[in-house]
Amino acid sequence: MTFEWEWIPKLAQGLPLTLQITFTCVAIGIVLGLLLALGRVYGHRILRGICIVYIQFFRGTPLLVQLFLVYNGLPNLGITLTALQSGILALGLNTAAYQAEYFRGAIQAVRGGQMLAARSLGMSLPQAIRFAILPQALRLVLPSWSNEFILMLKYSSIVFTVTLLDLMGQGKRIASRNAKTFEVFLVVAVFYLVLVLIVSTLLRLLEKRVSIPGLGAPSEHR
Amino acid sequence: MLLRVEDIHKQYGKDKVLCGVSFGMKKGETKVIIGPSGTGKSTLLRCINRLTPADQGRVWLEEEEITHTRASINKIRAQIGFVFQSFNLFAHLTALGNVRIGPLKVKGMKKDAATKLAMEELERVGLSDKADAYPAELSGGQQQRVSIARALAMFPKLILFDEPTSALDPELIGEVLEVMVSLAKEGMTMLVVTHEMGFARAVADEIIFMENGVIVEQGEPKQMFTNAVHARTGEFLNKISELYGETSE
Amino acid sequence: MAGSSLAVPSQLSEQETLIQNIARLAPFIPSLLRASLINIQLLIGLIALGYVFGTLTALLQVYGGKILGTVARIYEWIFRSVPALVLLFLFYYGPPRFGIGISGFAAAMFALGFRSSAYQSQIFRGAIQSIPSGQMLAARSMGMSRIQAIFSIILPQAFRLSIPGWTNEFSSVIKDTTLAYAVGFNEVLRTARIVYDTHYDLAMSVLIFVALIFMVLTLAGNALMGGVERRFRIPGLQVPGHEKTRQSSRTSSDSWGLRLRNFWR
Repeated sequence: MTFEWEWIPKLAQGLPLTLQITFTCVAIGIVLGLLLALGRVYGHRILRGICIVYIQFFRGTPLLVQLFLVYNGLPNLGITLTALQSGILALGLNTAAYQAEYFRGAIQAVRGGQMLAARSLGMSLPQAIRFAILPQALRLVLPSWSNEFILMLKYSSIVFTVTLLDLMGQGKRIASRNAKTFEVFLVVAVFYLVLVLIVSTLLRLLEKRVSIPGLGAPSEHR
Repeated sequence: MLLRVEDIHKQYGKDKVLCGVSFGMKKGETKVIIGPSGTGKSTLLRCINRLTPADQGRVWLEEEEITHTRASINKIRAQIGFVFQSFNLFAHLTALGNVRIGPLKVKGMKKDAATKLAMEELERVGLSDKADAYPAELSGGQQQRVSIARALAMFPKLILFDEPTSALDPELIGEVLEVMVSLAKEGMTMLVVTHEMGFARAVADEIIFMENGVIVEQGEPKQMFTNAVHARTGEFLNKISELYGETSE
Repeated sequence: MAGSSLAVPSQLSEQETLIQNIARLAPFIPSLLRASLINIQLLIGLIALGYVFGTLTALLQVYGGKILGTVARIYEWIFRSVPALVLLFLFYYGPPRFGIGISGFAAAMFALGFRSSAYQSQIFRGAIQSIPSGQMLAARSMGMSRIQAIFSIILPQAFRLSIPGWTNEFSSVIKDTTLAYAVGFNEVLRTARIVYDTHYDLAMSVLIFVALIFMVLTLAGNALMGGVERRFRIPGLQVPGHEKTRQSSRTSSDSWGLRLRNFWR
């Protein structure tokens, strides 16, 4: 087994893409997830139904299938996206479904008496949501955001299947030239290990500053 | 001498919980340990069967030294029964299962024999009709009685009771004390940490008063209650009797 | 990579295409279903592997002492932090480097199996740690040795307490079996790919069909775990403070609260 030092900078070229994809899809996930959760908890029947179907679909089907659906399937409907757009969209839609559930748990944890109190003050439903429920629910959900981030960081690797050159894609590229796939990917593994370590430490520090321990236990998987 | 406890010391950090406790017990005796909370009474019991290792001091069960480094501690523990304040019944087993598991797994009895024995002990504590109930389905008093049956099924030489009724609602205390009184009268050697003065007065051969990690005084109940040597002892007994004494016989 | 550049065949009107589309999909359905059997086999293999090693790792961490415990912890950390795809590549291309041949199936099974063991270890460990310490005390006080106490008292309870977590894990790994696609393994997604590589306008339908297969599998898995939970249920033996509600058996994680949150990281 031999390793080459030059792999390291070459692999590092994939890092910006990995991080970009991760950040963007988590951001999409937070916004969309919140909307879905609100729709699910406060919406009327049809809206609630749509949200439930969305959530069940994106949580119940494999991420890779979702990626291909966006990249290869959408063109059937006339929508063609670039590989990057597809990657971010698929991951974003996926994480939104999981985020929606964490939000829902948090909202429902806060709901009861708080809602009563808000309404009895004369607040309308949207006001009550905005001033009484959400501020608390958002705090409860913070820990699961960091968890999702780490998860998406790892799952972002699937975009190499649509030939994107993220960390994983760079690895594949180097390996296909020197046929030392195992060694190259050992280095890739170390990259991810370090990345996950750094990011989770940072997130934990951030969390300590900002959050309240509470509900909304995150699930690790897809 | 069935049990000999010699100069037990135990410290948690800076906290000296036991500072040289010694006493002995003969077969068939029932002794009650009383004292203010936090004076190491429970710790003492756990040092006796080495659930908590003492820092210093020795304990003998008949001829065997429990505290010896080479002692077969499991064999010794199988001869000493322990009844916990929080019952600690095995949550995944029925009452019958709980009583049966000691003879089955520790003593290697055959299943039929163990089951028969377990039913007898449950009968003895008045719960044979609850054999198939899980701990969560029993009241506190019932759980504690099962726990006593579990200890009895091992045919112990000695049973240690660590505040057996402290976690029970008042109306459930009676049923447990009743079992304990009949055990004492049948000649079981018992060392009981408790506040229940009615029990002590009824069956204790000796009351041991502990404070600040040492035995302040020990003597027969009659003598302790009326004519205690140390003022502190009398003080404490009076206070306890007011709170717990006459109501729970 | 195919797909995005072939806009022409897919510009047929949606109405017409939908029915025809599905009709054209029909001949491929048997092979797709057969391929998903392979996913199921992979699933069973990797879960079994994950169970054995997960339980072992958890026990080592709780009862193994400093050295073994640390080794177990490092093992768990590695298999949780390295992405599944990277693991797949390592297990597929690694053994040949050392002169050992390995099939795609075996590589996927080991890679995903060890990965699952890391998650299962966490589930199991959390279950063990949520058992009140009085249980071990009571067992020891009647003369059981540590090993006896672990097998007779701790494990039976930990097993039941782990069931909700396992349901979670089960539904995740079903979906992860598709990742084996990346090492060229012939499971259902690759089969689907082969279909729409030549029939571009079937891409959407094929993929939706595969998605549906997994939704069915996930539902079946949940039902199975629900059955397991009912079969082994003991009154009073649940994660303290959290009763399983109907909701949580589908949404998987809501009812676990703080404790699970802490050890899921």
